[in-house]
Amino acid sequence: MQKSSMSSCCESLYSSIEIVFYYGRLVLLLLDPKVAGSTLTSGCSTLDCVFQPPPAKYGGQHTVTLIPGDGIGPELLNHVREVFRFSCVPVDFEVVNVNSSRADEDDINNAITAIRRNGVALKGNIETNHTMPPSFKSRNNLMRTSLDLYANMMHCQSLPGVQTRHKNIDIIIIRENTEGEYSSLEHESVSGVVESLKIITRLNSLRIADYAFRLAREKGRRRVTAVHKANIMKLGDGLFLQCCREVASGYPDITFDSMIVDNTTMQLVCKPQQFDVMVMPNLYGNVVSNVCAGLVGGPGLVPGANYGRDYAMFETATRNTGKSIANKNIANPTAMLLASCLLLDHLKLHEYATTIRNAILTTMNETRLHTPDIGGQGTTSEVVQSIMNIIQKTGPRTVAYY
Amino acid sequence: THTPSETACSIRSCGELEPNPATRGEGTHPGRDASPSQACQRTPERSSVHARNTFKVTMVPGDGVGPELMRAVREVFKAADVPVEFEEIHISEVHNMASEEKLDQLFTSVRNNGVAIKGKINNPMAYKGDLASYEMKLRRKLDLFANVVHVTSLPGYSTRHNSLDLVIIREQTEGEYSSLEHESVKGVIESLKIITREKSHRIAKFAFDYATKKGRSKVTAVHKANIMKLGDGLFLQSCAEVAKLYPKIKFENIIIDNCCMQLVRNPYQFDVLVMPNLYGNIIDNLAAGLVGGAGVVPGESYSDEYAVFETGARHPFAQAVGRNIANPTAMLLSAANMLRHLNLDYHSNMVSEAVKRVIKQGKVRTKDLGGYCTTEDFVRAVVNNLGHQSVY
Repeated sequence: MQKSSMSSCCESLYSSIEIVFYYGRLVLLLLDPKVAGSTLTSGCSTLDCVFQPPPAKYGGQHTVTLIPGDGIGPELLNHVREVFRFSCVPVDFEVVNVNSSRADEDDINNAITAIRRNGVALKGNIETNHTMPPSFKSRNNLMRTSLDLYANMMHCQSLPGVQTRHKNIDIIIIRENTEGEYSSLEHESVSGVVESLKIITRLNSLRIADYAFRLAREKGRRRVTAVHKANIMKLGDGLFLQCCREVASGYPDITFDSMIVDNTTMQLVCKPQQFDVMVMPNLYGNVVSNVCAGLVGGPGLVPGANYGRDYAMFETATRNTGKSIANKNIANPTAMLLASCLLLDHLKLHEYATTIRNAILTTMNETRLHTPDIGGQGTTSEVVQSIMNIIQKTGPRTVAYY
Repeated sequence: THTPSETACSIRSCGELEPNPATRGEGTHPGRDASPSQACQRTPERSSVHARNTFKVTMVPGDGVGPELMRAVREVFKAADVPVEFEEIHISEVHNMASEEKLDQLFTSVRNNGVAIKGKINNPMAYKGDLASYEMKLRRKLDLFANVVHVTSLPGYSTRHNSLDLVIIREQTEGEYSSLEHESVKGVIESLKIITREKSHRIAKFAFDYATKKGRSKVTAVHKANIMKLGDGLFLQSCAEVAKLYPKIKFENIIIDNCCMQLVRNPYQFDVLVMPNLYGNIIDNLAAGLVGGAGVVPGESYSDEYAVFETGARHPFAQAVGRNIANPTAMLLSAANMLRHLNLDYHSNMVSEAVKRVIKQGKVRTKDLGGYCTTEDFVRAVVNNLGHQSVY
């Protein structure tokens, strides 16, 4: 049972041989992913094997895949490009459009291949049409699973300039991104009875827990909280919780505790300051991250990142398309710009990331420039202009064309 | 419409060319411009550019006419108010100015600046105990694995094949240039040609990434896998593997000898060519010959971190030293490419268009293009064609 569920949730890309291989290397993979990775690549010498290319970086210049998406995505990403060009950031974008209304998978496969080439992507959310047939998978989900971007990370932090009910929130949320309720396995076994399969695997649970603890240690955090519903889903969430505990034993310097998801949401809206790092399966992560984004000011403010072993993809944390405010010049560019800073950090362009991030945060302090979503009357372009002005004053180098 | 105060102000903030390392630091170091320059940057000026702080670039004049070409670059940059400042390092095997210390100094400079412009460092043919030339040492030390030569016909200068547009990408850290030669038995020399999967993958991916970035539609691998079945075979196989990641770009392969013939018969069939080291060397020169020779084709070399701009066909042209006859076109176009790499698109276009305009007008031509003008004349013509209001 476990094996069949594994192969069904695993990517079509991996041949079944590789999955068996994964199982064989399970322990090794967890102890030292690098060693396991090298065994994997040297293990396949045929042309058919998935070849892992070096990132597209030449002469200090990176190429990053840019997927504009729908709604406010294209305009926000244009602002990112504008800011990057202005600040002389050594990043080129390869723009790949994905048409959300197309039923075939050509566009999305094209986008996925582009990310495989470049290693890194920045994306707006792609709309998922609910009227499509059940075989139509969410493009966003397809991208995350195909590239095995298993860890979704968002950092919710109160911004000094933004008025919210709660102050001093500083939570890192780690969400498992590839399995759980998002397995896309649903069927009608008997007429009128639908079964949706939620898949929890030991491998993926250990992997996400390890990511959470590693990140916690790296960022100097004290506590990791696992969010679950193991009182009801005793086996599925039970496995997740058990895996978290196992990994926690390897990190004695970090406190580990667990909390049931319903209580977590209540605690979050009552006393959000009690949380530090949180780790959870897919759907809970979706709910909790939206609650947290709401606590610090809404979807326009919080960036999100998706990491896998080989690839990374950056987007806004709450993954909205924002269709209703598209092309009105009122969308809040903060989340997408901060996501682009995470991208720069990932590319080790820390100097640029810090300059741009500080400019964004300074601009947030100006109430006059707040966009409508956080109660102001500013426009997107005003905010971006202000950010660029600050970069001009503080940054190492800027080039502006008139 | 430049008002005097605005222009003067913009020059103070960005256009200074004299080397002044103390105040023009790179990175986030202090010593940034004071407030007056910022005040002026807020006033938009039509078709102008404001750059805060200059870009530092390492300059290696090299041997032969290299120093003369660099002087041409400096003059044009000065006239165009390009916010670039050069850090000049002389290294030459001919003039006994090459040493490990010099190489280290050069390496440090390139590491700091990320970008260099360089002439050819001549490698003497005679064997003096060191198999690797300084040119090779530099390439290896900086890991400049990819050489790109974009061969384009110059409008106004007619050759047998006109409106050519092809890109030659060459692996230049391994292959025949491994500097591994030995005499195993007296009278028998073995030279090792090294082909590795890793470097073949890397250059193939570079070629496809380049094609993607520049909107090209076809990549052709050039090889001799019919004879060197393992070595060139590996190169070809690596290219084919990488090609799978680029479904929108056509991938073909051609044997080197046939490639040479096709290039002189019908060069239009090629788009982007990718090849190992020695073949690249030959094809670079052959293709440069198609459009006017070593004096007109720019080239560039890349590693992950650094970019070095040079001429496409690398010759010192030592017999022309001091005679004022070298054609600076290739080096000036290469310098323009460098400006594009530095995000200075405006200046890049200004320089490259001025050079192209001079060639198109056909009045000022150096000897290699059938004219009688000197290097100096040509540079003066380029400066006059910049269309830039210099305030000096």
